[in-house]
Amino acid sequence: MPLLKNGVAVADDQWVRVEDDAALPEDCHALVSMTRWLKDRDTLLTRNKPIGVALAAGDNPDEIMGDLDRFGLIAVDFPVFKDGRGFSYGRLIRHRGKFEGELRATGGMLVDQLHYLVRCGFDAVEGDKRITEAAWAEALSRFSNVYQPTGDGRQTVMQKRHAG
Amino acid sequence: MYRYDEFDHTMVKERVAEFAGQVRRRLAGELTEDEFKPLRLMNGLYLQLHAYMLRVAVPYGTLSSKQMRMLAHVARKYDKGYGHFTTRQNIQYHWPKLTDVPAILEELATVEMHAIQTSGNCIRNVTADQYAGVAAGEIDDPRIWSEILRQWSTFHPEYTFLPRKFKFAVTGHANDRAAIKVHDVGIVIVEGDDGKPAFDVYAGGGQGRTPMIAHLVGSKIPARDLLHFSDAIMRVYNMHGRRDNLFKARIKILVHALGPEEFARQVKEEFAKGGAGEDLKLPEGEIERIRAYFAPPAYETLPDNDAGYTQALVDNKAFALWARTNLAEHKVPGYAIVNVSLKPIGGTAGDASDAQMDVVADLAETYSFDEIRVTHEQNLVLPNVKKADLFEVWQRLAAADLATPNIGLISDMIVCPGLDYCDLANARSISIGQMISQRFADLDREHDIGELRVKISGCINACGHHHVGHIGILGVDKKGVENYQVSLGGSADENAAVGDIVGPAFTEDKIVWAIETIVETYLDRRQDGERFIDTYRRIGVDPFKETLYATA
Repeated sequence: MPLLKNGVAVADDQWVRVEDDAALPEDCHALVSMTRWLKDRDTLLTRNKPIGVALAAGDNPDEIMGDLDRFGLIAVDFPVFKDGRGFSYGRLIRHRGKFEGELRATGGMLVDQLHYLVRCGFDAVEGDKRITEAAWAEALSRFSNVYQPTGDGRQTVMQKRHAG
Repeated sequence: MYRYDEFDHTMVKERVAEFAGQVRRRLAGELTEDEFKPLRLMNGLYLQLHAYMLRVAVPYGTLSSKQMRMLAHVARKYDKGYGHFTTRQNIQYHWPKLTDVPAILEELATVEMHAIQTSGNCIRNVTADQYAGVAAGEIDDPRIWSEILRQWSTFHPEYTFLPRKFKFAVTGHANDRAAIKVHDVGIVIVEGDDGKPAFDVYAGGGQGRTPMIAHLVGSKIPARDLLHFSDAIMRVYNMHGRRDNLFKARIKILVHALGPEEFARQVKEEFAKGGAGEDLKLPEGEIERIRAYFAPPAYETLPDNDAGYTQALVDNKAFALWARTNLAEHKVPGYAIVNVSLKPIGGTAGDASDAQMDVVADLAETYSFDEIRVTHEQNLVLPNVKKADLFEVWQRLAAADLATPNIGLISDMIVCPGLDYCDLANARSISIGQMISQRFADLDREHDIGELRVKISGCINACGHHHVGHIGILGVDKKGVENYQVSLGGSADENAAVGDIVGPAFTEDKIVWAIETIVETYLDRRQDGERFIDTYRRIGVDPFKETLYATA
């Protein structure tokens, strides 16, 4: 699956997804499920290499809100593009939890959702092959204004109106 | 009225360009129909039984003359010369070509109109009391708050892929004309403890196959918290609403499953957390900026009674009959609210021809400070007519077949498009409405029967609001034959209630007889001054069952 971060294609993803029942490799950036994180938290914390956590739709992000600064990557899965729970997860993790690492959307997103994903705090997308650098650039330049404050730093229409 | 500024204009223009690109990608095969579907739906474009259908947003049911003329133009140029006003205060066109849609949207954008969020699993066009700003006794104008909600919900990055569609309705009056308690979120403007407008927020109402009346989940929410509180509701719903079953995905199911108290607690907790919502606090300056757009027009100072109007009522029986049902009390002396009936006897409820739309636009421009409203009961309103002008306005409406004196009466039905257009329908609705209307064509008799809200849906999705009709009619499919189930005692106002199913469904050739029998039973049993709904609430369903099924 092609991976883009901040609009740029990433050729070699350093993160390795580790299955729940697999042994944890020592020398890599390991991405584990939230289930595994909650189960093996203490052991995982003893590792010296970066750790990432992958949320499935239906996982409760509140359960990791206290641990956000432990993660280098948080991946949020969109099982199908119509399942929009991940947009809220993104906002909670990035805008409420002030997560500073990589927030990656994985699964079935459409190019047409990129703008929303970025506004909800995602900086990386791994999914559809139609999500190219050009498509990313076009999607993000589509709308010159936004109505909603999301914590992404963009000035809203309301703020522009009252900026004097 | 609200006027777009450069930001709103740009937003709509960029959306038109985006959708034109999506249509191009679909036609080039770069998007599958499954992928294109939610994108076109969020631009109001449905695929129905025979053709595409385009639904154009009329935010909180408010239109200018210029906008109405554009709607007429679209009907003429791109459709078959008519449009259909809906229970969401929108208009839909039933015969546009896919390839014309980007051009239609471009034309609409020139008059600050669009089809954004008239469909899809997003926050839909916000609806409001059609008498907003003009009704005597209103606490505050719901258009102000609806416009604030409109901007906030437009292209919301977090809430555009919800479990299911989501509908807000707002009223500023104790008499609820916006059916707020059968909406996902219904907002009632109340007076806050500081004397300023505040909001009672109801959630979890809805119709469809599981009709439910909304529960109060927040009372006297201060104005500055309107968006923040709405955001908390949306986040709880987006995270926890069911996505495994289309029929259980609306917020009403979540509210019901959790219980209204637990749902309200979760919303309150989410609201209190902050960090992803507290920047939604509404600054006083923004509220006042929006309020200024809805400042009252330059009314003349007039005596409340106009001699010419009073005389015309005496001289002209047809005019007097119309004035009795189609006018409503205006807050300013010497003015009236005029209801324009889109329910001619035997016609299609909610349909208007291009010529009729032009007539209404002209009348609004000359006599109603350039303003028109669409009602959720599928009629139009001229909200600001001088009593001295009423006779002239009536004559011109009558000449265009827009003055049927039946507002609130039995032939003023809500009717969904049904099996004539809709691919979800089990049965026809339009023809049933027409038959009932023709049976009660004697308008003197209709006036004698009095207020009676009949609502017809062609399937369980309840677009025709049958659950909340005084008499509700639901089309069902019985082994390939169209049948009609009748419910009684529903209500969409401040005393909202879901009707009781009266018994086995009726065949098409018996349904008009059944309605006639229900009306006769009411007339036999009513006491002085009782409306149908009052009698029903007093005597219950049994007397109606007896007369309907006695011979069975």
